[in-house]
Amino acid sequence: MEKLLDIENLRVTFPTRQGEFEAVRGVSFNLGQERLGIVGESGSGKSMTGRAILRLIRPPGRVTADRLELGGRDLMAMSERDMQRVRGEQISMVMQDPKFSLNPVMHVGEQIIEIYRFHTGASKRDAYAKAIEMLQAVSINNPERVMRAYPHEMSGGMGQRIMIAMMLVTEPKILIADEPTSALDVSVQTQVLSIIDRLVRKRGMGLIFISHDLNLVASFCDRVLIMYAGRIVETCAADKLHEATHPYTRGLLNSLPRLDNPKSRLQALKRDPNWTLAPSVDGRV
Amino acid sequence: MSRLEINDLSVWFGQDRDRVDAVKHASFAVPSGASFGLVGESGSGKSTILRALVGLVPTWSGEMKIDGQQLTKKRPRGFFKDVQMVFQDPYASLHPRHTVDQVLGETLNLHGFSDINDRIEQLLQDVGLGPAFRFRYPHQLSGGQRQRVAIARALAPEPSVLLLDEPTSALDVSVQAEVLNLLADLRETRALTYLMVSHNLAVVAHMCNEIAVMQAGEIVEVMGVEDMRAMTPQHPYTRHLLESSQGYRPSEEQSE
Ligand SMILES: Nc1ncnc2c1ncn2[C@@H]1O[C@H](COP(=O)(O)OP(=O)(O)OP(=O)(O)O)[C@@H](O)[C@H]1O
Ligand SMILES: Nc1ncnc2c1ncn2[C@@H]1O[C@H](COP(=O)(O)OP(=O)(O)OP(=O)(O)O)[C@@H](O)[C@H]1O
Ligand SMILES: [Mg+2]
Ligand SMILES: [Mg+2]
Repeated sequence: MEKLLDIENLRVTFPTRQGEFEAVRGVSFNLGQERLGIVGESGSGKSMTGRAILRLIRPPGRVTADRLELGGRDLMAMSERDMQRVRGEQISMVMQDPKFSLNPVMHVGEQIIEIYRFHTGASKRDAYAKAIEMLQAVSINNPERVMRAYPHEMSGGMGQRIMIAMMLVTEPKILIADEPTSALDVSVQTQVLSIIDRLVRKRGMGLIFISHDLNLVASFCDRVLIMYAGRIVETCAADKLHEATHPYTRGLLNSLPRLDNPKSRLQALKRDPNWTLAPSVDGRV
Repeated sequence: MSRLEINDLSVWFGQDRDRVDAVKHASFAVPSGASFGLVGESGSGKSTILRALVGLVPTWSGEMKIDGQQLTKKRPRGFFKDVQMVFQDPYASLHPRHTVDQVLGETLNLHGFSDINDRIEQLLQDVGLGPAFRFRYPHQLSGGQRQRVAIARALAPEPSVLLLDEPTSALDVSVQAEVLNLLADLRETRALTYLMVSHNLAVVAHMCNEIAVMQAGEIVEVMGVEDMRAMTPQHPYTRHLLESSQGYRPSEEQSE
């Protein structure tokens, strides 16, 4: 399998009132033409890992890595100008806050058209047709209206689907999707995931799928990294996630409410300080 | 008498070719101390119903009542001490240049509390955020941490009705468990009433006794939680939704 991304000892650090805070503490993994899930509790560094790959950590935050390569090219050494080309054309990211990443004073349609034309140089007419096609693909019922609308006029799940349409329209090699379907009903979620799935299997796209939904990751992804406090504590095949052994992963699995098995109280994690101290597990295959 | 009631509520936006009938003739009632769930298609009008209740949509018809009192264009004095909402989009609902301390402090001030310092500490603890987060700005928080600040702010005035729009969709499953336990405790000790929107059917079933299912602006079915757990819906859309809830399974046609 072709290696798309190769990452070694990635670190993200922020200065805070209490001193330096390491949000990502030396993670290593690679990505092929596969669906790689990243799960882990809130604040464990999932989003910062995704953003660091695209060099989207704003100062005073800092990123270091022994290796951060896209198809053999060193991303750390690239100029900001080259990075702009990489973003969108090679690697796209669907951010966790879709509406926040859309321009609030620009029509939805213009935004999709602009990004498509920037990367492909297509005509306005072709870009319009492509945008409509993408919105239909993500199950937007009335794409003409949505094209003319502003982001605040969209529901939560429509905002997410617009972001996904916008990130896929340039047919990137890698998609980093940060909680891309958390605002979608399960039925639309299946439709949207099947589009992404097809791009992975037919076009060999690499997918990093960040999600809190353990059942979804188990059924949708190929491989999973489980993060805790900025490190990888365990990796496994996605369909074996329910057999994971690390007590942290077990704790996450046990805190899920279940439709078929009502409980009066849910079980929250009991953290062990040793989890933070253990070295990061290598996520390279 | 119901704590919360809507009758034949319709909400629309825009006009002519851009007109959207976001909610069409919706009716339901929530007794005091109960939890009522809203689930359904993305874009079907769930958030719009909550926004209409707190007075954030200009064009609607039908009836909305709190404790039998008809709501009109303006919300009565004291309404927001009693009724609070947690918005779907935590980023947009927090002021980017206000620290967590300012967000909570201002809300407490506005509602006339005096022991503000202690209350901020307690609220942060309730939602599982340590004191280190008190002076951070929204952009210095992860998605789930921001959502917890939004929940803490809604709890600050000690409301008796909470409108929760996807309150746990940005949270990891352990914090979700803590927040749901907290909400259940508060419902017990303070007899709170919840109206809750979620795409996670297991979460809705855990919290709610009755659930309305929406599709394209309409409530297609109101079901008891037992029927939901037993997967015995009345409406085909509900059946479709329940079947899709069992993880990702590509359909025949999609997987070829
Ligand atoms: N600008 C910043 N300054 C200080 N700390 C920050 C900053 N940005 C993020 N952090 C911290 O970095 C840690 C990792 O954040 P990240 O957004 O990667 O979490 P996450 O795993 O995506 O969590 P969630 O599931 O809640 O989105 C968090 O504890 C967060 O508070
Ligand atoms: N301010 C607005 N202007 C125009 N249309 C709007 C506005 N707010 C909502 N709508 C439209 O109303 C419909 C219902 O939106 P709503 O946000 O209530 O959906 P929802 O059920 O909460 O969906 P989701 O699960 O995706 O959040 C959508 O078609 C949306 O585009
Ligand atoms: Mg995140
Ligand atoms: Mg909504």
